[in-house]
Amino acid sequence: MENNENRILTGAQILMEILKSEGVDTIFGYPGGAVIDIYDELTRTDIRHILVRHEQGAVHAADGYARAKGKTGVCLVTSGPGATNTVTGIASAFMDSIPVVILTGQVPTHLIGNDAFQEVDIVGITRPCTKHNYLVKTVEELAGVLKEAFYLARSGRPGPVLVDIPKDIMKAKVPFIMPKEVDLKSYKPTYIPNQKQLQKIVSLIAECENPVIFAGGGVVLSKGSNELTELARKAMIPVTTSLMGLGAFPASDPLWLGMIGMHGTYQANMSVGACDLLLAIGVRFDDRVTGKTASFAPNAKIIHIDIDPTSIRKTISVSVPVVGDCRISLEHLNRMIDQNELGGLCQRREKWLNRISEWKISNPLSFQQSDIIKPQYVIDSLFKLTKGQAIITTEVGQNQMWAAQYYHFDRPGHFITSGGLGCMGFGLPAAIGAQVACPDKLVVDIAGDGSIQMNIQEMATAVQYSLPIKIVILNNRYLGMVRQWQELFYGKRYSFTSMEHAPDFVRLAEAYGALGLRATKPENVMPVLERGLASDKTVVMDFMVDREESVYPMVPAGAPITEMLLV
Amino acid sequence: MAEEKHVLTMLVDNKPGVLSRVVGLFSGRGFNIDSLCVAETIDPHISRITIVTRASALEMEQIEKQLNKLINVIKLRTVSGPKSVQREMALIYVMAKNGQRSEILRIVDIFRGKIIDVGNEHFIIEVTGNEEKISAIINLLKPLGIKKLAKTGIVALFR
Repeated sequence: MENNENRILTGAQILMEILKSEGVDTIFGYPGGAVIDIYDELTRTDIRHILVRHEQGAVHAADGYARAKGKTGVCLVTSGPGATNTVTGIASAFMDSIPVVILTGQVPTHLIGNDAFQEVDIVGITRPCTKHNYLVKTVEELAGVLKEAFYLARSGRPGPVLVDIPKDIMKAKVPFIMPKEVDLKSYKPTYIPNQKQLQKIVSLIAECENPVIFAGGGVVLSKGSNELTELARKAMIPVTTSLMGLGAFPASDPLWLGMIGMHGTYQANMSVGACDLLLAIGVRFDDRVTGKTASFAPNAKIIHIDIDPTSIRKTISVSVPVVGDCRISLEHLNRMIDQNELGGLCQRREKWLNRISEWKISNPLSFQQSDIIKPQYVIDSLFKLTKGQAIITTEVGQNQMWAAQYYHFDRPGHFITSGGLGCMGFGLPAAIGAQVACPDKLVVDIAGDGSIQMNIQEMATAVQYSLPIKIVILNNRYLGMVRQWQELFYGKRYSFTSMEHAPDFVRLAEAYGALGLRATKPENVMPVLERGLASDKTVVMDFMVDREESVYPMVPAGAPITEMLLV
Repeated sequence: MAEEKHVLTMLVDNKPGVLSRVVGLFSGRGFNIDSLCVAETIDPHISRITIVTRASALEMEQIEKQLNKLINVIKLRTVSGPKSVQREMALIYVMAKNGQRSEILRIVDIFRGKIIDVGNEHFIIEVTGNEEKISAIINLLKPLGIKKLAKTGIVALFR
């Protein structure tokens, strides 16, 4: 075997060997002094390197790549500022459990701790926002550490893993042996659920009258969407998801309730408020989902399936906790549930489903058309034009919520958003990552005029690599979500949320070598979208939308989710 | 919910940064540390950390789960009940002027402590025992003037 040959390799060459063995064909990065040796070695491999314009963009791009492709994203940056610039991206990937390996250069080992040029303790800085991290101290341990890093990033509850590699270790030589399978005695994720617990779930499903499934990012990450759909249809249980779970269940299915939470649909929040059984799968009961926890699903027995034990009973008490992989657990449940035993399901669920459809009819998601462009209309038109087939990334704020509400996802991996951290500037680099991962798909970044400016420099990356991503800016010249809170809860005192001096995004797009388009009236929306989507270039579409449109429904922070402000 | 005292003992990889991960978890998630004790075990690759914390039952469940989630934590147990032994050591620098010295010696004797340093006006006393015993001797010596006090925090093992 070639793998067992004792070849003498440099640290940089070992890194390339491990990347190849992990099936890494693309990395996102930015060179610098501490990683020159790696970059030099990179030229002698087939690995594709995407040069971003800011290291934060590298992590978000690797994150978007990971989500769109369903595999681990990799980024490479230099020491010091290169490393610190990745922190926001790492924190975002951590909150959303996205498998990303971050390789940071470090000053040579003999200088560590000396406040050397471009030295920073990135392992110390990122300790609370990585799944795990490493400082490589010797070239001998490099291969093993890298293998572990990839294993940790993708296994169990996935997450970002950072490996800090001093410059001298990249140059040092050592006989290379490909490490064996990683086996960590202190890390054994539980994939297979406890059968007794599952049996309890089967009984509860048989007994309940008004069940709801609440699915989250865990279903997407475990690739359990088909199993989820099967369970819901088999037991006729309506489904809502968290923001991270959008796409885990087809939005075109009649059992679909829409998203739950602060900006969830009326029927989703009301159903959870009234249900007698809540099957929570791959969720962590974020405060934006639960509102006031004491009033969350007050009448329900709650079942919670998650691979991470810390997610269970963290904020919500549950009747049946199950630690296990979501897909495997759902697969078992589907096998265990006998539809005949559920007996006359259509009849049994009729009352409950009727009640839900009354909620749906009484307060559907809606907006008033006017002679000013409504942001919801832009998303709605985009959805119709793309037939729901696009990969959507978002920035954070109103644009994100409107995208979640008005673009309907039938498949996982098509809605890519910074859910937990809520990180502005995520959408554009994430779209770059997604487009690199899926060159044949349409990738659209739904942005606001505020957040697009947080990583606008990545326009250059998109153009350099001829990535035909489409950027839809809902331009209201406000930091809209904060403005909305100020309107509703702070007496309309719009303290520093008005962004009147944004650049001309059309000319800015042109300056970057992209196509820039603008719509100022509702009748321009469709033509601009049509023209933009038809182009094979990077396109910025600037929609001048109603400045003070707000996202509804809305649950004020800390209120029960059934107490919603409707339009 | 009522907070109770818990003693956690864990085996961890003896590597740089591991203690920081454990302690960072407590500070980052708002858990308390009453005392902390770390040292190598018989296996030089493994250290034992003993932490005394105050938490409600629900918080305690989170603390245990979060600690178990750390990659470098190999084994974790909460120490309580008759099967456990818990000890702490204190070094007490107490003022010992003429007329008080024999009383101090008597107290030290009762607590099976040792005088490990003697000066013209002070003793340094070494005493080990469970928390109650250590507090008892400290309370007895307090009126005489304790100038300095160093406690190790609890270490614990199962029988």
